[in-house]
Amino acid sequence: MNAYSDLRVEPITVQKPRSVPKQRLSPGKPARYGILLGPALLLLYWTVLSVTGWLDPRILPAPWTAITTAIELIREGRLQENLAISTWRAMTGLGFGVIVGVTLALLSGLSLLGGYVIDGLVQIKRGIPILALIPFMILWLGIGETMKITLIATAVFFPVYINTHNALRAIDLRHVELAETVRLTRWQFLRSVVVPGSLPGFLTGLRFGVTASWLALVVVEQLNATSGIGYMVTLARNYAQTDVMLVGLVLYALLGFGSDAIVKQLERGLLSWRKTLGR
Amino acid sequence: MTISAVQVRGLVRTFTLKGVLNGIDLDIAPGEFVALLGRSGSGKSTLLRALAEIDHEAEGSGEIRLPERLSVIFQDARLLPWMRVLDNVLLGVPGREARVRGRSALAEVGLAGRERAWPHELSGGEQQRVALARALVREPKLLLADEPFGALDALTRIQMHALLRRLSDVHDPAVLLVTHDIDEAILLADRIVMLDDGRLAADLPVDLPASGIARRERIAELRALLHRLLGVEEAPADYHEDTTPPEPAALGRAI
Repeated sequence: MNAYSDLRVEPITVQKPRSVPKQRLSPGKPARYGILLGPALLLLYWTVLSVTGWLDPRILPAPWTAITTAIELIREGRLQENLAISTWRAMTGLGFGVIVGVTLALLSGLSLLGGYVIDGLVQIKRGIPILALIPFMILWLGIGETMKITLIATAVFFPVYINTHNALRAIDLRHVELAETVRLTRWQFLRSVVVPGSLPGFLTGLRFGVTASWLALVVVEQLNATSGIGYMVTLARNYAQTDVMLVGLVLYALLGFGSDAIVKQLERGLLSWRKTLGR
Repeated sequence: MTISAVQVRGLVRTFTLKGVLNGIDLDIAPGEFVALLGRSGSGKSTLLRALAEIDHEAEGSGEIRLPERLSVIFQDARLLPWMRVLDNVLLGVPGREARVRGRSALAEVGLAGRERAWPHELSGGEQQRVALARALVREPKLLLADEPFGALDALTRIQMHALLRRLSDVHDPAVLLVTHDIDEAILLADRIVMLDDGRLAADLPVDLPASGIARRERIAELRALLHRLLGVEEAPADYHEDTTPPEPAALGRAI
C-alpha cells in the first residue's frame, strides 16, 4: 500500500492523432505524372468525337488513324528519316542559338562596354519578327540547310539571351559584397556567384528557346524543303492526305512536349537547392 | 606605443548611402574587442563598410591601416543558397586541407554534421553560426561585425553572444562590433566607442569586475551613462533609484 493507492484513475480521452496539416496557400504536393492529365483528357474527347461520328474524318481523322498511318509510314521508312532530319535541324539550331545567346549575355551582362554595344542592338533587333527575316535570309544564305539552321538559331537566341542577361543583371549586390570581403578572384566570383546565380534565368530562357526552335522548324520546313516532317506534311497537303498531316502534327506535339520535359528535368536537377512552391 | 591592429586617421566620408563621417581617428589593439554604438544614421555602418572596403559609392578622404587577414559578418548570414554549408564556409579558401579546417570551424560553432545541408534547411541562428564559421576559418586578425545578431530572436541572441565571446577569446582577433544594443555592447566588449553625427562621441573602457555586486553596479553605471549619451530614457526597471548617474569623466574619456 502506498500513498497513491486511493487515488482514482480518471479515464483520459485520447485525442485522435491529427494528420499533418495541409499547407493552405500551396497547391499541394504534385502527383508524379499529373502533368499528363490535360493531354489525356484531350485525347479522350477527341476519341469520343471520332467514335460517335461527330468528327468528319476528312476534317480531322480519328486518333487511331494517326497510329495506323504512323506504323505504315515507319514501315516505309519515311517517318524515321524525316523525323531524324527535323530533330537534327532543331537541335543544331538550338545548340548554336544557346551558345551565341549565352556568350553575348555574358559579354553584355558582365561588362559595361559589352552592355552598351550588344544590348541596344539586341533590343532593336527584337522588335523585328523572326519570320520577317526570311526573305533576307534566303537572299543571303540561299534556301539550303544553312538558312534553315540560322533561322532556328536566331529564334532560339532571343529568349536565351534576354533571360540570361536579366538574370546576370539581377545578381544580388549583397552576394557581390560578400565575394569582395572574402576576396574572391574574378574567376572564383564567376564560378561561385555569377553562374549559379544566373542559372535559373538561363534555364527559363532555355525552355522558351526549345519551344522557339520547334516553332521556327515548322516554318523553315515548309519553305522549299525536300526532307523533314514539315516537308512530309506539305506533301501530304498537296494530296489531301489528312492522316499523314495529322501524324506530322502529333509528331511536332510529342517533340515539343518531350523536349520541354527534358529541360524541366534538367532544371530540377540543377536547381535542387531551391525551395519553391511548385515542387 | 603599442602596434595597432587597426589604425584610422582623419576618416571622412561625405557622400554615402548610409550616413556621413566627419573625421574619425580610431585605434584598435590586437585582440581587443570594441563595440561601436550609435543611433541610426550616426555613421556606424558607414565606418564599418569603409573598414571592410565595400563602400565603393562613398566619397571622402582619410587613412586606414588594416591587417591583411580580415573577416566580415553581416546582419544577414549572407550564405550562397546554391552552396552546401561547408562550401559556404570555405568560399574562396582553396586547398584540400581547407576542408578539414572548415569542418572543425563548423564543429566550433556547434554545427558538426551539418556540412552537407543547404542553407535554407537551417534556422536563422544556425545560418548566422555558419557565417561565423566562414569568418573564423580565415583566421582573421580583424573581425568586423555589422549588427550580426540584429535579426535573431532574444534567446538565440544570448547563445550567439556567448559563442562569439568564447570564440573571440580562443582565436583572439581584434573585433569591431557594430550594434545599437547597449547591453550587448557592455556584455561583449572590452571597450565601447560611440559615434554621433559622424564623430566619435565617447570612448569608454568596459573593465567589468569578474562577479558580484561590483560587477552589477559597474554595468548599471555604464548603462546609465550610455543611455544618457545616446539621449534616450532608460527603462525604469533596470535602474536603481539610489544610483545617481556618475560623471562621464569618472568612467572614461568622453569626447
